[in-house]
This record gives sequence, structure tokens and C-alpha cells, in this order.
Amino acid sequence: MISIWFFIGVSLAVNGALILAAGIFQLVNPPADPGVVLFNLHANVWWGAVLLVFGLIYCIRFAPGRQA
Amino acid sequence: MMPAIAMFAETRLVHLSPVDMVIIAFYFVLVLAIGFYLRGRANTGEDFFMAGREMTAWVAGLSFLSANLGALELMGWAGSAYQYGILATHWYWIGAIPAMLFLALVMMPFYYISKTHSVPGYLKLRFGEPSRALSAVSFAFMTVLMSGVNMFAMAKVMQIVLGWDINFSIWVSSLTVAIYVTLGGLRSAIFNEVLQFFLIWAGALLIPILGLYEAGGWTNLKVQIAARASEQYVHLWAGLGSFTSNPMGIHWTGIVFGLGSIISMGYWTTDFLVVQRILAAKDIRSAEMAPIIGAGFKMLVPIIVILPGLLGLAVLPVKLVPESVAAVTGGHSYNDVLPLMLARYCGPGLLGLGITALIAGFMSGMAGNVSAFTTVWTYDIYRPLINSKGSDHHYVNMGRWTTVVGVLISVGTAYLVMQFASIMDYVQALFSFFIAPLFGTVVLGMLWKRATGPGGFWGLLCGTLSSISMWAWVKVDPSALRYVALSPHAKALAQDMYQALWSFVVCVVVTVVVSLATKPIADGELTGLVYGLTEIPSVGDVPLYEKPLFWAGVVTVVFFVLNIYFW
Repeated sequence: MISIWFFIGVSLAVNGALILAAGIFQLVNPPADPGVVLFNLHANVWWGAVLLVFGLIYCIRFAPGRQA
Repeated sequence: MMPAIAMFAETRLVHLSPVDMVIIAFYFVLVLAIGFYLRGRANTGEDFFMAGREMTAWVAGLSFLSANLGALELMGWAGSAYQYGILATHWYWIGAIPAMLFLALVMMPFYYISKTHSVPGYLKLRFGEPSRALSAVSFAFMTVLMSGVNMFAMAKVMQIVLGWDINFSIWVSSLTVAIYVTLGGLRSAIFNEVLQFFLIWAGALLIPILGLYEAGGWTNLKVQIAARASEQYVHLWAGLGSFTSNPMGIHWTGIVFGLGSIISMGYWTTDFLVVQRILAAKDIRSAEMAPIIGAGFKMLVPIIVILPGLLGLAVLPVKLVPESVAAVTGGHSYNDVLPLMLARYCGPGLLGLGITALIAGFMSGMAGNVSAFTTVWTYDIYRPLINSKGSDHHYVNMGRWTTVVGVLISVGTAYLVMQFASIMDYVQALFSFFIAPLFGTVVLGMLWKRATGPGGFWGLLCGTLSSISMWAWVKVDPSALRYVALSPHAKALAQDMYQALWSFVVCVVVTVVVSLATKPIADGELTGLVYGLTEIPSVGDVPLYEKPLFWAGVVTVVFFVLNIYFW
């Protein structure tokens, strides 16, 4: 049976990748009006990266084939 | 059919980008995929209703916490933090932690040993059929109504925040829940609750991080709150010496004896919606560890709920007002603080994740209600009162159909509330009537062997009726608040505290008096159900760091440190 932690890993990794991609796009093409406070911190870049890394760790650690 | 474009209103708090929509759509795809994957693992009654009783402590513990961590809970308490300050944290600390530890160490062994399917099921074993019927019917009835009320409230939130049409929100979310719970039963509900737990933290944690950065740290935040509101907004206990020296109009006795001793005990130890998750644990150690794990994370939840509310006080350029004022002036209400903070800091992608966290919180809350309703209906109403001779397969089918019917009743309730908004207040009040007396009945049943069947039944009934009477009294004559809540200055939350306290007292007194006047139950019939007549199973020969008692001690120490630090 596939572990719940694998599904969580998939969720975090996919969401992290999408957020990171959106963040990088905004980093390369800064909008005239960012619409958010503290845009200069580029939270979607580093937060997306954090989620992606955690998600990948969960995906690999709890991959269906690797379970005991 | 409604044109797609008309489903989205023009006025909204936030605007989603395409990547936000993809993130939300991915969530729906994932929960449905989990439901379809688990459909082959819900063929027996134990599988469908109890998730096979094979959940680990972590899965059961996070699910136990998640079932309570709904979207309305998040937004409502963030709004309360804006309105009342850090006092709202009491509902996460003293209003939860002692009760969770009490459940883990004192009550869970009895639930677990009796192998009951539900809390009403325990009452049947301990007090007989009348007590079970009373609690099962009231629980089942109120659970689906509450689910409908929450569904409407959430659809309303989606309309305000995102501009989504109410019908669209109600039907998409309810059909998704109906599909994945019907397919995978409790296991599917639990899996999605754990997923929701991670999504909520991933989606909401950025707000306090960026908020504290903007405010210049906790110390500067306190200074700004004191300047814009009051110094009392950042003290947990210092202002509770009198009813008038704190924003909530409550005295410390209400918090300690009403909230900490009765309401939270009733909710966390006898509300089947949350207890069902623990009953699905794989062994006694997991069943005891699960609420302790839940308690550990519960202490952290104020970071993503209370702190955003406090930050809103300091950094938002607009002043938020009560719902009734916002409806007239068109301004933002207290309950909008979380979406406003989300929109303040979260750009494309992050906003979608935050909204997904709210949707996930709502859907898993609804799934929790529906799965608990299904179990209580099938095992505590249908089987004992309507058809006791069905096969296991028959009851599983009944569970699947009940899931669909439960969702449809919830949808019907949501539309009823849409027509008659005052129903929402009545349903929420009704639900609170049963919790405190039920705790009195269950805890006396577990700890006092002299409690008898008639004592349990009449105590539960009188306690519930007393709660309803007090509520009706204040409704008819608001000046009665000075007697019910001990102060004419008490606010609604303070009234709830004292109402629960008195109904618990009535339940206990009636149970004791009736029990002493009726024939005792033979000790042999109480084995496995009552303290003193039951051999509590050992958690096994495990190292200290794997013992529930050790972690309960750690959680207790942290609990006291936090309360003293934020005194």
C-alpha cells in the first residue's frame, strides 16, 4: 500500500515547483506593480524551493517501491 | 445552465493568477486520486468505518488535530485574535492541551479496550441502550446540520474572498467529499486530513514569518499593538482578574473552569468527530500517543492563526469592524483578517497555496463530519434499532449510501441557511448543548463504578435540557446573563463557558443522585469499562522516549512555559 507520506511528498513537490517557477518568472520579469508587501524578499522563490526540497525528500523516502 | 463567467462575482478580496488556479485544481485531483486508490481497501466494516484500526500514532494524531483545524476555525480565530488579542490563544492552549492529555492517559485506554466503534457505542456498553440512543440521535442529527452550516459559511467566504458563486462552491466541494469518502471510507478521510495538515502549514506559515519581519519582531509588534489597541491585547492572564479589565469581558474562572475543565474536555474527549480518528490507531501505545502528538502541534497552531490576527492589528492600513457593521458600511470584518494578510504578502503561487489550504480545511472538516455521521448512523442507530441481522457487507453498503445521504442533507441545510440566516446561530448553539453533559456522563462512567444505567441516561438528559434552558433564558431575557455568566458584562464566549459549566454540574449531580437511588451494576459487567475494575494494558517494554507518559510530561512543561512567558 502506498504510504500517506508519499502523497504528501507529491503534493509538496508539485506545489513547490509551481510556486518556485512563478517566483523565478517574477524575478526575471519584475511586474510594475507587484501587488504585495515585501516583494523584494521574493518569498515565492525561497518558499517554493523549501516545499520542493521537502516534497522530494518525502517522495524518495516513501516511494512505493522502497517501503518495508 | 449558468454561464461560467457569471459564476464569479466582480467584487473580491483577492485575484487569482493562472498558477494559483492550477494549484487549486491539483488539490482536487489529488484528493480524488487518493479516494480512488483507497476504494479497494474499504470492503469490510472495520475497513470502511474504522480504517482497519491500523493507523500509526503520527497519522492518527495529525488527523485528530486536522479534523478540528477547519478553514472557518482558522479564519474565525484569526478574526478573534484581531478582536480580542492574544486572549484567543486560550482556546488553543488551556482550552485544548489538558483535555488532549486527559484523553490520552485516562480515557483512551477504556475506549480502546472496549473496542467500541463510537462514543455512543461506549455509552451502550456502560449505561445501556437508552443512553446510546439519546447521544447517537443527537450527535448524528447535529453533525450533518453543522456540516451544512459550515458548508454555507465556507461558500460565503469563497464568494467574499474569491468572488466564487455560492452554488458552485457548495456543489464542487460536497461532490468531491462524497466521492472520496464513499470510495475509501474513514481511511480516505484520514489520509486527506493529514494532507490538509501539511497544506495548511505550507500555505499559512509565510504570513507570520513575513508579518514579523515587517513589524520588526515580537517586541516591536507588542509596542505597535499597545499603541493601536491596548496593552491588554498581548497578555494571556494579566487582565483576567476582573470581567472589565480585558477585551473579552471574561474572568479567569470562566477560562479555567468553563473552558479548560468542561468545554475542552467535552469536545476533545467525547466529540466522536475527533475521537473516531484515535479509535483507528493500530495499538494501545499509538492510541495514547496520537492525542499527545496532536497536543504538541496544537500548541503551535497559534503561530498560523493568532499571530496573523495580532499582526493585522499592527500592520493593516484599514481598521476591521464587526460583521454587522461591515455589512452596512461595506468595510472589512474581523473575519477577513486572514485573507487580507494572505493577499498582503502572497504573490502568484503562494496565494493559490493559501486558498488551497482554506479549501482543504473546509473539505476535510466536512469529510470528518460525514464519516462520523456515517459510523454513528450505521452502528448506533440503524443496526440496533432498525436492522440488527444484516451482514457486514450490508452495513458497509449502508455506510456508503449514508455518506451520500449525509452530504445531501448537508447541502440541503446549507440552502436552508441561505434562506434563513438565523438558523446558523441556532444550529451552532444546539451543538454546544450536548458537549458538556456528554463529558459528565462519559467521565463518570469511566471513573465511578457506582454510576448506573438510569443515572447515566437521566444525567445526560437533564444536563442537556439545562443547557438549552439557560440559552433560551438569556435569549428571551438578556439581563439573565448576570446569573448565567455571573456578570452583565460577559460576552457571548463567556456565556458559553458558564453555560457549559452549569450543565456539566447538573449532569453530574443528577447522575450521582439517580445512581445512588438505583440498583448498582455488578462488577463483572463493568470489566474493561470502568477504572478500578479494568486492567489497563501496558504500552509494552519500550524505551523512555517512546512512552506516552514521557511525552505527556514534555508537552505539559512546554504548556506551562508558554503560559508564563505570555502571561
